[in-house]
Amino acid sequence: MYFLKRLAALVPLLLVISFLAFVLVRLAPGGPFDRERKPASPEIERQLQTKYHLNEPVWKQYLLFLGGLARGDFGPSLKYRNHTVTDVIAQALPVSMLLGAMAFGFAMGVGIPVGYFTAVKRGRWEDYAGSFFAILMVCVPGFVIAPVLIMLLAIKWRLLPVAMWASPAHVILPVTALGLYFSGRIARLMREGMLNTMQSEFITAARAKGLSEHTLLLKHAFRLAVLPVVSYSGPLLADLLTGSFVIETIFQIPGIGVFIVNGSLNRDYTLVVGLVVLYAALLVVLNLLVDFLYTLLDPRVKYA
Amino acid sequence: MAAGLLTSALCLLTSGCFRHEAPANVTIINGNEPESLDPHIVTGVSEMRLTKALFDGLTKLDPTNATPVPALAASWEISPDGRVYTFHLRTNAVWSTGEPITTEDVLWSWFRALSPATAGDYAGQLFYIKGAQDWYEGRLKDSDQVGIHALDARTLRVELNSPLAFFLELCSFPTLAIVPKQTIEKYGDRWLHARPLPTSGAFTLGAWRVNDKVRFLRNSRYWDAANTASEIIDVLPVGSPNTALNLYETGVADVVWDKDLVPTELMDVLIKRPDFHSFTYLGTYFYRFNVTKPPFNDPRVRRAFALATDKPRIINKLTKGAEIPATNFVPAGVANYTGAAGLPFDPDAARRELAAAGFPGGKGFPRVSYTFFSAAGGAKLHPKVGVELQQMWHDVLGVDVELRQIERKVFYSSQSRLDYDISTSSWIGDYNDANTFLDLFTSTSGNNRTGWKNARYDELVHRANNEVDSKKRAEIFCQAETILIAEEPPIVPLYFYAGFNYFDPNKIGGIWQNILDEHPMQFIYKKPVFKQ
Repeated sequence: MYFLKRLAALVPLLLVISFLAFVLVRLAPGGPFDRERKPASPEIERQLQTKYHLNEPVWKQYLLFLGGLARGDFGPSLKYRNHTVTDVIAQALPVSMLLGAMAFGFAMGVGIPVGYFTAVKRGRWEDYAGSFFAILMVCVPGFVIAPVLIMLLAIKWRLLPVAMWASPAHVILPVTALGLYFSGRIARLMREGMLNTMQSEFITAARAKGLSEHTLLLKHAFRLAVLPVVSYSGPLLADLLTGSFVIETIFQIPGIGVFIVNGSLNRDYTLVVGLVVLYAALLVVLNLLVDFLYTLLDPRVKYA
Repeated sequence: MAAGLLTSALCLLTSGCFRHEAPANVTIINGNEPESLDPHIVTGVSEMRLTKALFDGLTKLDPTNATPVPALAASWEISPDGRVYTFHLRTNAVWSTGEPITTEDVLWSWFRALSPATAGDYAGQLFYIKGAQDWYEGRLKDSDQVGIHALDARTLRVELNSPLAFFLELCSFPTLAIVPKQTIEKYGDRWLHARPLPTSGAFTLGAWRVNDKVRFLRNSRYWDAANTASEIIDVLPVGSPNTALNLYETGVADVVWDKDLVPTELMDVLIKRPDFHSFTYLGTYFYRFNVTKPPFNDPRVRRAFALATDKPRIINKLTKGAEIPATNFVPAGVANYTGAAGLPFDPDAARRELAAAGFPGGKGFPRVSYTFFSAAGGAKLHPKVGVELQQMWHDVLGVDVELRQIERKVFYSSQSRLDYDISTSSWIGDYNDANTFLDLFTSTSGNNRTGWKNARYDELVHRANNEVDSKKRAEIFCQAETILIAEEPPIVPLYFYAGFNYFDPNKIGGIWQNILDEHPMQFIYKKPVFKQ
């Protein structure tokens, strides 16, 4: 019931967000048709404005947009004039989602074990090595990691393709470059969580009862220690699924991240609003999912 | 290790997510994702390279020297006064779907380009035709009054406002390309997604996936299909120069053909390689003054700034390519034209001009700014040029100019509204004629963007365009250009662009260098490899 209510609240929230995006993008100086060269006649500019209803009052434009949205149509892109926003999303979103899901898997797959073991081996060399890795990954941005990976693995040793999105081999470098940073973040969250949990009273009690260290850590401590990672993973997944401008540009991946940034730079109003709505919806749904996961992991959390 | 296993497992799982396509004969990197492939809508050079492979005009450009040669029109006659063109269409010209291409298609296409509903930025390319502008702007209701008429299914009569030295070249321009009526009427703005897509050019559209690739397939029904050298050409929309170079170096791409796709940091190294080609190009980098407000409403101040500008320094220090310092505005190499003499770098003369304007040694000079934007690709240079100019003006004139960097769209909007003092600018010619440059600064031009109006200049440009004799025409243009760059300079040219592309001539054939950077895909092919 609680989750149904939350889901219903999504609709007004998206309306507010779409309206804000709609207005804000139009408030930005410069418009979609401000270019290096002007058409030969002011009449041509007027026609462009008319074609995309940009000469109408904003509230009217917004109503038109809502009308389209009700039919699942985000309208035509103002920059890519042979495509609708829906076309762009339909082609680019699956690519970004695939890349994002794999990078998410990579980040979790690397981050959680590293965080766990550095906490368990606290103060030993494994801890220092693991923590150093985590800090390094958090500090070095993707636009440094990606070119280094390309230079070594793709250009020097010719093991992997340098860019593009055409086969499973093409996936490895971008997933690694995208995932490494987050694996560092997750390792740190996980380590912190483990250290806190290991000091809590129920662990001491369980240990006093003679539970094996292995069962203790993995079955009892881990469940609680992973909670910060779970809260972080909702927005993280939303972020990863909607693409990364940097990684997509460097690896020439036909994903949606490039459009979010370029759409704003190009003042492609319809594209920007469409993508904002999409991102917002994804974020809300994934946060909801996180809350649901909490009820499964933490016996103290219950929603009426 | 675990991550490696995980990734490879995921890879196996996802292998179904990738398409298995036949490999292309040639792969070309063309620049950013095309805004459109509709020839009547495209505005960028990189898009036009693609639409030209799909849709022919009455003429097309010779791949070796970019001069107009017959395309859908097999021949034509020009009236003695240069105002009336009679075109004869090919009898073997058909759509890629088999229907014949007739004058009706030409008429429909040109009126579509001229239709306000199409809202093409370049509709003005047709305004040279009698009545076309009035029709576009609604002053003329009867389309019969517009100077385009089909005499029969194969003969077309075109009447111009004035004799136009470059009209045959204009006929090869995408805005005048012939497009399929039925498909467009049926599918509207999304007509390019229709399959099969009837095309009038050497290729049909195999696939168009945003930011992934555009695939061109040989049109076997093309009237000149015998000369189409490749079956499949893939065009990759890559905007990052580093990624383009990486793809080229690892053999994924065979040709990279945009001057903005050379990493400027590596220019001085790359330019020495045999597979990197540079050539004179129809473009000028310059800066504009806003002449509507002090201090730049005084031509003496503008001349002082121009005389204080050391152009070779910008090339030697910043561009490092094959650019040429520009003494005038119309690029060297434009057909039938020799540029006017512009203002040289002369610090003493610059100081004298500034003193005469009331600012000796720069004393009392108001605060002014140099406005520019920065973006990826070639625009990365704008801030560096700004810094260099600022230094020159400081050293020579004793004037401190502020640098004002704004975002690209804000920049163009400010420039149009004359909200600047000095601003960075560039212009790429549409056709190989001085008019594509000089027409810019007539007082009615929307691209003037300086506030500068000069009745004598307008009159000279107008007169030149009505002159049939090419030598006399060049002389008149030269007088106009002298006003523009030496007498009243509302602009100061800095350098002429160099065109740039890279491919290995031992592996790739069918690409010639010419001033319009025109490389029809029809002739490009991969050379067979012979093992010794």
